[in-house]
Amino acid sequence: MIPTPFDYIAAKSLDEAVALLGKHGEAAKILAGGHSLVPAMKLRLAQPQVLIDISRIKDLAYIREEGNSLRVGAMTTHYALESSKRVRVVSPLLAECAAAIGDVQVRNRGTIGGSVVHADPAADWPAAMIALRVEMVCAGAKGERVIKADDFFVDLLTTAIAPGEVLREIRIPLSQGRTGQSYKKVRHPASGFAVVGVAVNLGLDAAGKCANASIGVTGAAAKAFRAGGAEAALTGKPPDAAVAAAAAAKAADRQDMNSDLYASAEYRRHLVEVTARRAVLAAVGAAK
Amino acid sequence: MATKYVGNRVKRTEDPRLIQGLGHYVDDIKLPDTLHVAFVRSIYGHARITGVDASAAAKAPGVVAVYTGKDIGKIGGVPCASDLPEMKKPEFLVLASNKALFVGHAIAAVVATDRYLAKDAADMIQVDYEELPAVTEEVKAAAGAPYVHEQFGTNIAYKLTAGEGDIAAAFRSSDKVIKQRILNQRLAPIAMEPRGVLARYYPGEQELTLWSSTQIPHLMRTQVALMLGMPENRLRVITPEVGGGFGSKLNVYAEEALLGWISMQLGQPVKWIESRRENFQSTIHGRAQLGDLEIGIRKDGTVTGLRYNVFADMGAYYQLLTPAIPTLTGLMLSGSYKIPAIQINVTAVFTNKMSTDAYRGAGRPEATYVVERAMDLVAAELGMDPVEVRRKNFPAPNEFPFKTATGLFYDSGDYVLALEKALKNADYKKLGEEQKKARAAGRLVGIGVSTYVEICALGPSAALPAGGWESATVRIEPTGTVTVLTGASPHGQGQETSFAQIAGDELGVSIEAVTVIHGDTSIVQYGIGTFGSRATAVGGTAVFVALQRLKEKASKLAAHLMGVDPATVKFADGRFTSGAKSMAIQEVALHAHLAKSLPEGMEPGLSATYFFEPKNFTFPFGTHICIAEVDKDTGEITLQRYIAVDDCGRVINPLLVDGQVQGGIVQALGQAFYEHVVYDENGQLLTGTLMDYALPRATNCPWMELDRTETPSPVNPLGVKGVGEAGTIGATPCLVNAVIDALAPLGVRHLDMPLKPETLWRIISGNSARSA
Repeated sequence: MIPTPFDYIAAKSLDEAVALLGKHGEAAKILAGGHSLVPAMKLRLAQPQVLIDISRIKDLAYIREEGNSLRVGAMTTHYALESSKRVRVVSPLLAECAAAIGDVQVRNRGTIGGSVVHADPAADWPAAMIALRVEMVCAGAKGERVIKADDFFVDLLTTAIAPGEVLREIRIPLSQGRTGQSYKKVRHPASGFAVVGVAVNLGLDAAGKCANASIGVTGAAAKAFRAGGAEAALTGKPPDAAVAAAAAAKAADRQDMNSDLYASAEYRRHLVEVTARRAVLAAVGAAK
Repeated sequence: MATKYVGNRVKRTEDPRLIQGLGHYVDDIKLPDTLHVAFVRSIYGHARITGVDASAAAKAPGVVAVYTGKDIGKIGGVPCASDLPEMKKPEFLVLASNKALFVGHAIAAVVATDRYLAKDAADMIQVDYEELPAVTEEVKAAAGAPYVHEQFGTNIAYKLTAGEGDIAAAFRSSDKVIKQRILNQRLAPIAMEPRGVLARYYPGEQELTLWSSTQIPHLMRTQVALMLGMPENRLRVITPEVGGGFGSKLNVYAEEALLGWISMQLGQPVKWIESRRENFQSTIHGRAQLGDLEIGIRKDGTVTGLRYNVFADMGAYYQLLTPAIPTLTGLMLSGSYKIPAIQINVTAVFTNKMSTDAYRGAGRPEATYVVERAMDLVAAELGMDPVEVRRKNFPAPNEFPFKTATGLFYDSGDYVLALEKALKNADYKKLGEEQKKARAAGRLVGIGVSTYVEICALGPSAALPAGGWESATVRIEPTGTVTVLTGASPHGQGQETSFAQIAGDELGVSIEAVTVIHGDTSIVQYGIGTFGSRATAVGGTAVFVALQRLKEKASKLAAHLMGVDPATVKFADGRFTSGAKSMAIQEVALHAHLAKSLPEGMEPGLSATYFFEPKNFTFPFGTHICIAEVDKDTGEITLQRYIAVDDCGRVINPLLVDGQVQGGIVQALGQAFYEHVVYDENGQLLTGTLMDYALPRATNCPWMELDRTETPSPVNPLGVKGVGEAGTIGATPCLVNAVIDALAPLGVRHLDMPLKPETLWRIISGNSARSA
C-alpha cells in the first residue's frame, strides 16, 4: 500500500507534458485522475520514477459540440459526463456508461482519458468508445495524430498510443436520425468493474429496420472488442426479440473469453450473450 | 425509577467526533521521533527459509534496524488461551526463521525513520525459499502427509467428541436420517480500520506503553507482558478509537509483542499500521468448517437426533481462541429445538493458511447455519412447510430454563412469539400465494426462514479461559460530573452511549454529565473486553450494580448531611429527599470529597467498583424471513424483502440494537452471497485485495423490516441478552434458505456458500449436477 519513490512534476501545458515525457521516457507515467495508476503504484505493480501530472493543465477538461461531433477533453471526469444534460441528449451512451463506473468518489476523480489510456480489460469506457466509433486525438513531439477506437485498444493494458504521446481529446461522432444507445454491464461484486459490459449504438430506418449497428464489448476478453457478427446480424432486419437474440449469440461467439474466480469463460460467454441481448433491446427501445 | 434514557432511541454520543473525523485511532497518535516498521512476509504458503540477506536493507536510507527470526529469541510465542485434551501445540514465534507456513507469515521487520523508507528497505531483503508442498484441503490434510508441522507427524490438531443422548439409538428410532455435506467457507473479518500498534518504551521509568487497535486491552497487557518477560504493571495498553473488530481484534498478535520489544531495543517509539493486503494475509480469518450433517426425523417432522462430523481448518497456527471455535459450534447444535440426542465429532486440522479464530458469531453462525439448513432439508424431505417443522420442534415457553443435549441451559425464550410476529409482519400466507403465482409465471422466487437462538453474554468464568466477568467503576466527581470506567472495550457498539443512559437514569443526571472511559489499562480497573455480545449484558450489569452501591453510600451521606433517619431518605430525579428536606446528588458528591462532615466510619470520596460474574450465558433468539428472486438468465440474486424479529432481552437503546442487527445482517449477506477467502493448491491467497474479495455494498442490501419481542433474561438485573452477533447468526441461513427455495422447483435442496451467480446459472441451465 506504499509506492516506490517517484518524482512528481505538475505540467503547466500539454507541450510541457509532452516534452517531459520525451525527456524521461519509459521511466515516466502521465498522471490524470490517478484512479488506475495510483492503486497499481500502491501495490508496487507499477513503479514509475516520474509522474507527470496533467490535471493542472488548463483546458483539458471540457465537453463541447463542434459540427457533428462531441469533443471531450481527456481530463474530463466520469461525473462530468454522467451529469451533463447535453451529453444525455446528444450522446446518451456516454452518460450511461459514465454512470456505470465504480462509485461516486471514483467518478468524481477518475477521467475518461485516464481510463481509456490504461486500457483495463474490464473497464467500462472501451466498450462505449468502440460502439460510438470515437477518435482519440493524441499529442506528441511531432504534433497530433488521430487514432480510431477500433485501432486504439491493442491488447491487455496496451493501446496504440506511442511512447511520448499524450491523449488530448476524444471525438465522438454524433448520430443522426432515429438512433438508440445503451450500455449494460454485469458488475463484479468486489471491484465494480465489468465482468462483461456491452455498449450498443444503432440506427433505425423509416421502416423501423436496423439501418446500422455498432457494438462494443468489454470485460470479456483481454481487450475490448467490436462485435462485428452481431452488428451484421442486426443490420437490415427489424430488431425484434428474435433478431436481438440471434445477434447476441454472435457477440458471444468467441473462444478467447477471460476466466477468473468470479466467472469462468463459459459463464462469461453466456453473460455476453445475455447482456448483449438486453443492451440491443434497450437501444431499440430508446430509438423508438 | 423513571427511565428517561433507557429504552429510548438516544443518538450515539460517539458519533459527532467520528463523523467529523475528530476521533483518534492508533495512526492518529503521533509521538516525536517515532520510527516505522515494515514487515517482510512469506510469499509462499509453505517453504523452507534457506537464507535471509538483509545487508542491503540495513544500509538503505533511513533504516535504523532490521530484525529476523534469529534476533528475537527471548520473545515468547503467540498465545493461545484454549487447551483441549491431546491437542497438538505448535509454537508460533513472532518471526519465522526456519519455515514459512502461510502466505503473510512474518519473516523480518525493518525499522526506519518513515513508513516509506521502511517499505523500500523491506523490498531489498532477499529471502531464499525452498518451496514445499502446501496443505490446503481439510479432508486431505487429515488423511496424511505432507505435514504443516513435521514434528507432529500428522495434520490433525485435535479430535473432539461432544454431546449427550444416544445418537445411534436416536437414528435407529427415526423414520429417516437425512445427510448433507455443508460448508461454512473461510471468511475475512475486514474491519474498516486494519490493525495497528504504536509502542513507546521509556528506559528510565522502564515503562512500555502500547497503543493497539484491540478489543481486549487488559488481556493483551497480561499476554504481552508474559511474551516479553516484563512485569505486567510496567506495561500499559491503550486502545484509542477502534474501527471495528468483529472478533479479529479479540486476539494477541505477533506484531503487538514485537513492536513493544523493538521499542525496548531502540528506546524510541515505533509504529506499524497494517495495510489492507497484510490484513487479508495475517489477521485471523473466520469459519472454515466443512462437515457432514445427519439428522434423524420421524414422519411428522419430529427431530430425534443430530450428528455433525466436521473438519475445522485451524490454519497453520493457533491464535488466541482458534481451537475453541468448533467447540462453540458443538454447543449450539441444538438450535432453538428440542433434540434429544446430539453429537459433534470435530477433526481440527492444520493447513498452510492464516489461523482461523473468532469472527462475528465465532462458531455459532456455523452451528445455526447447519441446524437451519437441516430444518429446511427436513421440510423438503417431508413436503412440510419449513415453518411447521420448526414450530413442531420448539421447546414451549414454560420449559425454560431449557436444557439441551449439548449441555446448555437456555435462560428464557418464547420462540413461537417471535415466529408469529415475523410471520405476521411478513404476511407469510400471502407470500406463499405470491410465490405460487410467480412460479406459475416461470420466475424463481424463494422464501427463506430461519428461527435462531444464540449464546451471548460470554460468559460465566468457568466457561472462559481468562474469566467471564466484567468490571465497572462509577464516580461522581467533586463538581458533580459522573465518570464510568468500564472493563469492556467498545469499538463501534456504542456503549459510551448506552452506559451513559444507564448512569443517567440511575443517578437522575443528564447523559451529557456522564463520561464513559474504557480501553486504558492504567486508568481502568482490570476488565475482560468486548466480544461474544457481552459488553452490555455483563459490563452494563457491572455498571448498574456499581451505581446501586454508589447510591447507597450517597444516600447514607445525604441522610447524615440533612440530619434525618437514613431509612426515610428517598432518591428520585437526582435528589435525596426526606420529608421537606432535599439535596441534589451533586451536592452530596461535593461533601463526600470535602469530607468535612461524614458519618462515623464512612470513607471520603464517592465511587463504587463492581466486578460482575454472570451465573449463565444468555440466549437471544428470533425469526428472520426474506424473499429472494434469482435471475433465470444470469443467476444473479435480488432480495425483495427482509423481515427480522429479534429478541435480545431488555433493550437499553433501540437505535443501537437496530444498528447491530442491520450490521449483522449485512455481514451475513457477505457470507451467504459474496465472501470467500480462497487459497489455491499451493497455498497462494487468491482473494488478497478488496478488488477480489467481495464485501456487500450498500446497494446490495435489502431494506430491513426490523421488529422485536422482549423476553428479559433472568441472569442479570438489567434483563439484557446481547445483540452484537444475532443478525449474522440469524440471517445467514435465512438468505441461503430463500435462494435454495427459489431453486427448489429445479430439484435443489442444498448449495454451498457463497451462492455465486455462476453456480446458480449452471443449475438453472442444467449445466451442473444438482446437489442432494
